[in-house]
Amino acid sequence: MREVIVEIVQKAKETAEERDVLINTLHEIQKRFDNFIPPEAAEIVAEELGVPLSRVYEVLTFYTMFSTKPKGKYVIRVCESLPCHVENGREVVKALKEILKIDFGQTTSDGLFTLEMTSCLGLCGVAPVIMVNDEYYGNMTPGRVKDLIDRLRGESL
Amino acid sequence: MKPITVLVSVDSNSVLMGARHFLNYFRDLVKEHNLEDTVDVLETGSMGIYPEGVIVSVLPDGVFYVVRNELDVKRIFEEHILKGRRVFDLEVPESQIKGTVEVEKVAEETRIVLKNVGEIDPTRIEEYIARDGYFALAKALQMEPGEVIEEIKRSGLRGRGGAGFPTGLKWEFTYKASADQKYVLCNADEGEPGTFKDRLIMEGDPHSLIEGMIIAGYAVGATKGYIYIRGEYHSSIEILKKAVERAYEYGFLGENILGSGFNFDLKIRLGAGAYVAGEETALIESIEGKPARPRLKPPYPPTFGLFGKPTVVNNVETFVNVPRIIMNGAEWFKKFGTESSPGTKVFSLVGNVVRKGIVEVPMGVTVRDLIFKFGGGIEGGRKLKVVQTGGSAGTFIGPDKLDVPLDFDSYAKYGVSLGSGVILVADETHCVVDLALTVMRFFEHESCGKCTPCREGTRMIVNILERISRGEGKKEDLDTLREIARNAGETSFCGLGQSIPVPLLSIVDNFEEEFRAHIGADKCPVGVCEFKKKKEKKKIGVRKP
Repeated sequence: MREVIVEIVQKAKETAEERDVLINTLHEIQKRFDNFIPPEAAEIVAEELGVPLSRVYEVLTFYTMFSTKPKGKYVIRVCESLPCHVENGREVVKALKEILKIDFGQTTSDGLFTLEMTSCLGLCGVAPVIMVNDEYYGNMTPGRVKDLIDRLRGESL
Repeated sequence: MKPITVLVSVDSNSVLMGARHFLNYFRDLVKEHNLEDTVDVLETGSMGIYPEGVIVSVLPDGVFYVVRNELDVKRIFEEHILKGRRVFDLEVPESQIKGTVEVEKVAEETRIVLKNVGEIDPTRIEEYIARDGYFALAKALQMEPGEVIEEIKRSGLRGRGGAGFPTGLKWEFTYKASADQKYVLCNADEGEPGTFKDRLIMEGDPHSLIEGMIIAGYAVGATKGYIYIRGEYHSSIEILKKAVERAYEYGFLGENILGSGFNFDLKIRLGAGAYVAGEETALIESIEGKPARPRLKPPYPPTFGLFGKPTVVNNVETFVNVPRIIMNGAEWFKKFGTESSPGTKVFSLVGNVVRKGIVEVPMGVTVRDLIFKFGGGIEGGRKLKVVQTGGSAGTFIGPDKLDVPLDFDSYAKYGVSLGSGVILVADETHCVVDLALTVMRFFEHESCGKCTPCREGTRMIVNILERISRGEGKKEDLDTLREIARNAGETSFCGLGQSIPVPLLSIVDNFEEEFRAHIGADKCPVGVCEFKKKKEKKKIGVRKP
């Protein structure tokens, strides 16, 4: 792990001004380590950048896109802002919670799905919108939610 | 150029409706018929409104179609391309797509910001240059920096991020501040719910933004710039990264730009999911690698910004206006819009309207025109009930205020805010308590926690609204809500908390009757809120034999 992280930090240092390396580094690390930043990784980053570990965690826990806990294989982010809400977004949220049997911030016991809420994704032309890892899905309905989850479950068998 | 061009809108909204698939299918059909020398199938950015399908235009005929499935693609190909017959039932008039409200008055010139969006291939810098791209930069570099600032000042351009601060003035402050290093930042942290104009501008015409930023850099004496984009905007990030590379290759960025001796470097920084980062000082903190917590103001960024240096921060749409103003002059720009807010505004139409999407119209347009003329009215023929203008921190209005002309002063004058240009429509099936609760939950979630009035205020507001929506509202609740809103507005640290009263007071005041109808009632008057069943008192009586 150490080599990977040192390499990421070095690469970020090359393209950045002196003090703005941290966020880009964390983005990169999260990409490599399955949607979260392991405690060991945070420690190495602090060492490499010569900043206290608390600084790293301050940033890490402030931004919603970073996670300190492992997540499911599929991270489902559902928009809870008004433009989706008024287009039956509430039903979509309900369907997700019912089908996955989890609430926001939780992961299914089989480790497949994590459910999160997100603010507006800027795709209101096709509201309601959800995001599964890096993919967007628009014009969602409870029925389409079920189809999507079934398909993802099937793919991971 | 080939005799026939088919343009397909492949922006991020259209992609979800199958745009890429349709594009490939068009290309397959062209190949199948050996028409590769005659027909070009190209991708472009958003052409405007989404009537529940992907917009395709056929040139040089200038016909616009809405494609919903493969069959539509096939019909357009077989009828229009092969036989030259237009497919009328799939056609949409150009005026509906591009939203040129004043076609008669200023003919085709209402698209100032979106001039190239939906017209060019955003990945090809050559197409941008062919449409006078980077000409404004060349012109600006021949002017004195002070002259550039003067031109922007005279144009009356105001910040399109929502606050409407005069752009030229901001530049002048930064210009006058003396420092060894200055910066230009683009606020592309588009997080205002319902707003997706900046996304479509960046995806459809990235070079206009880059050109605007270089001109700003030259004007204020900055040699470094950053574009701060939301981490969730994958496609905007990719397109902009490539565009920046191209601009370096062509010598529009880097050292000695166009032989002028002026140097400018541009970098892209990603956000990581924090709405408050859209506040300019919070954005600066985030670029510096810290949590995006707003700074105490003053000092303002023009004197003390990124890394403590003088910094210009402008929104994407604001920067895109700059090359147009430099090319055509301040007088030309002032012909559009209202006296206090010249130019156009890109609006995002969302919610229960027939056609959702972005439209660019002159400032001073009415909410009614936006919804009924460009948005095509309310979905399913239902009645309009509530419109939220300006984004989450914007005002909720009823049908009685639809004729207010929107510009930066409409909030002060009529209590209808322009904000980031969102027009969010909710029809009669929605309940105002539920809408208020959704918006205030957003504020609660996005409050950074730094100051008490915002952190605790939003929590108390959500608690009260939840209580009302459970059917347990108390008579004094509305007054308490008003009081908390006013306190948060007056005492919060930054714009986020300070703007709480705008949505909350407007919805409570404009729809007070419906709020009251929830209190002491058995069920939600609209049937949206799920009231808790009241415990029935056990009846004591004699059991019948």
